[in-house]
Amino acid sequence: MGLEIFWFCLIGVLWGCYFVLEGFDFGVGILLPFLPRNEDERSVMLSTIGPVWDGNEVWLVVAGAGTFAAFPLWYATMFSGFYLALLLVLVCLIVRVVSFEWREKSSNPRWRSTWGWANTVGSIGAPFVWGVALANLVHGVPLNSSGGYSGDFLDLFSPYTVVAGVVVVLLFAFHGATFLTIRTAGDLCERAAHAARRLAVPAALVAAGLLVWTVAVAHDRNQRGILPPALPAALGIVVLALAVLLVIRRRSGAAFVMTALAALAVVATIFTGLYPRVLVSHPTFSNSLTISSAASGHYALTVMTVVAGIFAPLVLLYQGWTYHVFRRRLGSPTA
Amino acid sequence: MGRGLRVIPLASTTVDLARIQFATTSIYHFLFVPLTLGLAPLVAVMQTIWHRGHDDAWLRLTRFFGTLLLINFAIGVATGLVQEFQFGMNWSVYSNYVGGVFGAPLAIEGLAAFFLEATFLGLWIFGWDRLSPRVHLATIWLAALGTWLSAFFILVANSWMQHPVGYKVSGGKAELTDVGALLSNGFALRAYLHTILAGLIFGSVVMLGICCWHFLRGRNVELFRRAAKLALIVALPATLLQLSVGNRFGEAVTSQQSMKIAASEAQWNTCQPCGFSVFQIGGFSAEHPNPSFSITIPKLLSWMGTGSFDGKVQGLNQLQAQEQKQYGPGNYMPRIELMYWSMRVMAILGVVMALLAIVGAWLYRRQTLDKARWFLRAAVAAIALPFIAATAGWVLTEMGRQPWIVQGLLKTSQANSPNIGTATLAASLGVFVALYAALGVVDFVLMRRFARVDPPELSGEAPAAAALSY
Repeated sequence: MGLEIFWFCLIGVLWGCYFVLEGFDFGVGILLPFLPRNEDERSVMLSTIGPVWDGNEVWLVVAGAGTFAAFPLWYATMFSGFYLALLLVLVCLIVRVVSFEWREKSSNPRWRSTWGWANTVGSIGAPFVWGVALANLVHGVPLNSSGGYSGDFLDLFSPYTVVAGVVVVLLFAFHGATFLTIRTAGDLCERAAHAARRLAVPAALVAAGLLVWTVAVAHDRNQRGILPPALPAALGIVVLALAVLLVIRRRSGAAFVMTALAALAVVATIFTGLYPRVLVSHPTFSNSLTISSAASGHYALTVMTVVAGIFAPLVLLYQGWTYHVFRRRLGSPTA
Repeated sequence: MGRGLRVIPLASTTVDLARIQFATTSIYHFLFVPLTLGLAPLVAVMQTIWHRGHDDAWLRLTRFFGTLLLINFAIGVATGLVQEFQFGMNWSVYSNYVGGVFGAPLAIEGLAAFFLEATFLGLWIFGWDRLSPRVHLATIWLAALGTWLSAFFILVANSWMQHPVGYKVSGGKAELTDVGALLSNGFALRAYLHTILAGLIFGSVVMLGICCWHFLRGRNVELFRRAAKLALIVALPATLLQLSVGNRFGEAVTSQQSMKIAASEAQWNTCQPCGFSVFQIGGFSAEHPNPSFSITIPKLLSWMGTGSFDGKVQGLNQLQAQEQKQYGPGNYMPRIELMYWSMRVMAILGVVMALLAIVGAWLYRRQTLDKARWFLRAAVAAIALPFIAATAGWVLTEMGRQPWIVQGLLKTSQANSPNIGTATLAASLGVFVALYAALGVVDFVLMRRFARVDPPELSGEAPAAAALSY
């Protein structure tokens, strides 16, 4: 049982890393139409994430593959159940991935603007659906007695899950703005700081609201006590308040750390609210998938724990080094 | 397998649609992957030569082919996500059944390989003026290593579907019992060698074709002669070795998936010794098992399938009877005609590419490569060959396993998602076809444009300019 819980936590951590890392590069994509004044600035803005977005996206790939390997039933039910939503994510991510490489391949303004918009649309669509999807884990979806999805596409959308999608988009926009304030220079940096200040209060308010709502949903739909999920939620609210404060005081580095922690807090609250289940069933609660009912055999989990123990620290090390290499602020060539 | 009654009338259509979707997205994905597998180390070699000798021609070539690598890589990454998601989306019964075994190599691939390739390629693209030349050189090698490792774990997963090892079935699910057996699956090791060689053939044949296009127009001849030499140095051994490795791979298939080989040879009855049919008309159905015309090389099939000229190869009829006895009534034969021709397309193109490399190397030695116009035209046209051969190879591998999704364990017809109906599948198939077609057109136009430009001249601050232009 111990290893199964470890893998549940690890998948939460993988999602957390994905939210923190790809969160800001989605944010940069969301802000792309609004901050730059010209083509050069747009290129500079994309260059801040150019070297890292692909590595950031791998956290999603590993979260998905980790779920497949450690909790096959969870993976099977979630991916087939959230079918059209995931199709939407795939379209968004595909269009976004190619936009990075292809945009720079011509100086034709229409070509560039098309791929710039493709990036933005992908950067809004994907986090929205991820917000909806993760919220549904704890909010509950219709499952049958063998653990299969028995609802339809519209069952994924309720006020709570839609709000979660919107909050994730807003939070990532905010996170992207704080990221840009530490990665750009000159005018662009000024405008990023301005955007961060304007986004701070609304993003923090709705995100705090989502955290509280998640605790209530976990209590209501997952028979969860108030305290466990309330802990990361409360920390999340503190972090959001600090983020607002630091943005106003123009402490950009610390503010970025806070928006990163806020993204982490959203995932942590959902996963704490989810435990000991992995996918809540509603209305028939007894059909919920639990950590133990969905998990792979002990041997497979042991093997993967060893692999993760070796490679995860290595990955953190060389990804950390990448951020160190590209720490220099980028300014518009004319500035 | 827990299927609701209401989906049964739709089952055959939904399975077919899910299969068409998997085939479309996988074949498409694998047009880009092997080119990355080949171009990544080739670009790394070019940069290494530049780094050692400081001959700027090699830097220009590194950047020229590096641009093509990146255009190609982007679409490979984008379409790779679909591969991971669609197991769960379209094949939930399969995913739940095999996840405990099949999922492990996928998770390891992400952790050990995909992170490496994605992170270090990012460092390579943007690191020209941020990293020391040695460290920068290391990044392209690590990215290339990532692509090769990634291929290994994916083939371990796929080979487990062809020849399951290191597992037990308990509680209606496959469970991993021996990771050593999983990773050292003889089937996987052969498939890996076959795929890596295919990648090198992709890289070198495409590179050679591009060089020859420039020779035909008399452009950048001095520069591309170096690249053509490198391409030939890789293509010659890779294509020749592939003939032998492909053959050995065939032997493994003969012993572990006898039906696949019998089908790909349209061998209806057990034979010993067996002739190899090079070409035949008819003979692809049980009612008409004898071709109306055929060219057969005596004893060759025995040798290809078993390594001995007198080896025995089992026939379709005998295998069908045997499998019915073992697994119950049903049709255990894949589609014979398709198997037969995929095998021949793959093998014939393999030989043609080997000939191309031999003739190219001979012309290069005589120093007439850039003047032999007939060869140059052929080499440009030959760019298409590895793509066709790889597609035929996967059709053979995957369709030859039917009706099984995991050989002997789980049938494809029982493995798809029971809650996904025809309308949803048709819609998602439509989305992928439309999106992939659009991406394919853009990719082709970009690749062609950047294959035809003159490699960038170097100004004083050349490497930095590369990063800025990105």
